[in-house]
Amino acid sequence: MTDKKPVLRLENIVKTFPGVRALDGVSFSVMPGEVHALMGENGAGKSTLMKVLGGIHQPDSGTIFMGDNPVVMAGPLEAKAKGIVFIHQELSLAEELSVAENIYLGELPTKSLGRVDWAKLADQTNAILKKLNVGFDANTRVGDLSIANQQMVEIARALTVDAKAVIFDEPTASLTDSEKVVLFDVIADLQETDVGIIYISHRMEEIFKITNRITVLRDGQYQGTVETADSTEESVTQMMIGRTLDLSRTTSDHALGDMALEVRGLSCGKLYQDVSFEVRRGEVLGFYGLVGAGRTEIAETLFGLRTPSAGQILLDGKEVHITSPSDAIARGISLVPEDRKGQGLILGMNCRDNMTLPQIDALKSGPFVAEKAESKIFDTYFKQLDIRTPSWKQQVGNLSGGNQQKIVIGKWLSMHPKVLIVDEPTRGIDVGSKSEIHKLLRALASKGYAVIVISSEMPEVLHVSDRIVSMYSGRVMRTFTSEEVTEDTLIQAISGIPAKQVPDAGGVAGSDRATPVPLHS
Amino acid sequence: MKPGTVSTALKSGAIWGFIILELIFFSVMGEFMAISDSGFLDWDNMLLLLKQSAPIGIIAMGMTLVMVNGNIDLSVGATFAIAAIVLLDSMTWPIFAGLGDWVIPVAWVLALSVGTLLGALNGLIVWKTGVDAFIVTLGAMLGYRGIVFMFNGEQPTSHLNWTLVDFAEAEVLGLATATWFLLAATGVIWFIMTKTVHGRNAYAIGDNRAAAVNAGIRVGPHMMINFAIIGFLAGLSAVVFYSESGSVNPNDGQLYELWVITAVVLGGTKITGGAGSVIGTFGGVIAIQLLRKGLGHIGADTSTVNLVIGLILVVVLILDRQLNMKGKEELKV
Repeated sequence: MTDKKPVLRLENIVKTFPGVRALDGVSFSVMPGEVHALMGENGAGKSTLMKVLGGIHQPDSGTIFMGDNPVVMAGPLEAKAKGIVFIHQELSLAEELSVAENIYLGELPTKSLGRVDWAKLADQTNAILKKLNVGFDANTRVGDLSIANQQMVEIARALTVDAKAVIFDEPTASLTDSEKVVLFDVIADLQETDVGIIYISHRMEEIFKITNRITVLRDGQYQGTVETADSTEESVTQMMIGRTLDLSRTTSDHALGDMALEVRGLSCGKLYQDVSFEVRRGEVLGFYGLVGAGRTEIAETLFGLRTPSAGQILLDGKEVHITSPSDAIARGISLVPEDRKGQGLILGMNCRDNMTLPQIDALKSGPFVAEKAESKIFDTYFKQLDIRTPSWKQQVGNLSGGNQQKIVIGKWLSMHPKVLIVDEPTRGIDVGSKSEIHKLLRALASKGYAVIVISSEMPEVLHVSDRIVSMYSGRVMRTFTSEEVTEDTLIQAISGIPAKQVPDAGGVAGSDRATPVPLHS
Repeated sequence: MKPGTVSTALKSGAIWGFIILELIFFSVMGEFMAISDSGFLDWDNMLLLLKQSAPIGIIAMGMTLVMVNGNIDLSVGATFAIAAIVLLDSMTWPIFAGLGDWVIPVAWVLALSVGTLLGALNGLIVWKTGVDAFIVTLGAMLGYRGIVFMFNGEQPTSHLNWTLVDFAEAEVLGLATATWFLLAATGVIWFIMTKTVHGRNAYAIGDNRAAAVNAGIRVGPHMMINFAIIGFLAGLSAVVFYSESGSVNPNDGQLYELWVITAVVLGGTKITGGAGSVIGTFGGVIAIQLLRKGLGHIGADTSTVNLVIGLILVVVLILDRQLNMKGKEELKV
């Protein structure tokens, strides 16, 4: 690769916003056919750098080179015309239109009188889709496709222009493991065509699987570029945060208390069937499974958002029927939802009011909000959870993901629940805050809370859980203790391979085992 | 200075700046173009303006609450007309004949109750069916107006009670009765929105309904209460206005909903809910009234007034969008 010239080179890019130096002399280059990872914690400057590259922000100083020529990206359209293509985390497709129309949106081939040339459109589109080797055709309605396939449509759209550099921004955020494999194949194919690929992700395993080089930013500053082959997860993490993320296995360091929650034979239509498990006080129970395995739906049932079709829920040994979230909260069950911004927070409200929202009704004097009591609660958990915000008046929407999550957790802790359910505790949170959240979850268990953690990240589940419930397609496959669980047995369980074929507790998984195929639809 | 401070300050203060601009503009223009001799900035003229703002203003306070809550109410104009008919007609009912002037409070209570009930009915439907408030109240707007016409056909409903007229035309501390009602409505709704649990929850629901549900807030009752409040205020607005005029046409109150919503939006309330204040709405109401009066002062006719207000509304929303985007870009580092 050394004999080639970079397709794209950014030199000493500086960009300041009022009060903040968002990018401070960042340099970065992509070789043809290279997958170059761009890493850094949230707020490190990745997005700003990409916005400079995409023509959305103009740099204060510094130069962008394409080939040997310095270029100015005056706006998004110009960046696109120069062959800079973005595959965004959030897809921007017209769901009601066909795949072909989406791919050629704004550039539909026409016949006389401005009529659309449908035949030509379909031919062109199918030619591209064939290259990508996907299982749908030009006339499929985009809304009918899975998220992964919609992403393929975005990629196909990128291929219609003469792309020089393609930027993937957290492309696997909503993909299942099998869908990721397909995506990585496509990226590998793209590499063959000498396109430069910039890959932004928080997920270390992916980075080490598919990238050639890694560039790390921290607080808007360039930390360095390393060959992926010469690095380890620890070394890259250290570059990102100046410390390492501890993901060692947890061993319980305290005695378990009474049974807090017991679920027997719980079913909810087609979502999940015959689910049984129990959590004691002082215990972290992990739920692991593929997206769609029914984990979130169980949490929603326990929180009163869904009505079970069969089965029992026992709280402190007594059967309960939970009818609504307010009912669940009154009984001491709390949920930190998966979609923090969409379901957990009132983004336009300040930190304190968000934290006290579920209990202002209990705190009130007459019809009035008890602001003093609220501030007291906020101060307590502000300190205890080490929430970083200039003041309680700050709008929650302006905080980082990690601090937002702490607000949501603080919201429930301040009400002293019996059972705390945390769905995807660290989704979209940077590495440093991740380990803080992990420590927090363990600390809560040691204080006697019963904690249920739902996660799609295996290292996380293994790290925080005392026991792990594995789920596949709406059913509980097996419940592991932290001593007996191994990565192999866990993967087998969530891939639908029955427990009896799994080596016994504590056993080292056999190397002759067939590679599990995730069967998620 | 923190990022976003400029745009926030501009946005919260914009309506007052706009009002000052209007005052200066109409005073200066009035020197050359006025059709009457009195100055525009005349104290009596300003007091009259406050009084004339009351019918729209009182309802606008309720609309602020409903819109912050994430809903909208298009039926307020029709509710206003129904409450007016109840007020005037009930005073002539034979069963109240022996009450003398005590019929006045009875008629008031009846009018306010009818307004509250009609609003609550809207709220109940929105709560129990989950149909969008826009659709429900659009239906109510047509339906309630139908009831108005069923009552007396195209004929006006009239009844003059001189005690009532005296009360309505009275002035306390230099302010007209209607003005006091406007100030009271503003104060009470401000209190509800900023100091009570109900108000806090209304903001939360309007900003992010799913998150509010997940915080254990029962969304439906809060929405219904807000619809009942705006119904009450539509009734109150009718009581204040028709106590003085004594005659209601079946077309009265038409387009009130649009004037009210215009005032609320000019005052900075977010159309999608979650943000807004009655202080801003008060500014919006004054700004619109100034514009109507001011344009009249310099000799423009009603159609010109509507055209100008329409233009201003669109320009304000464009500006608001620009400022919002600017604030976001600065913050999202």
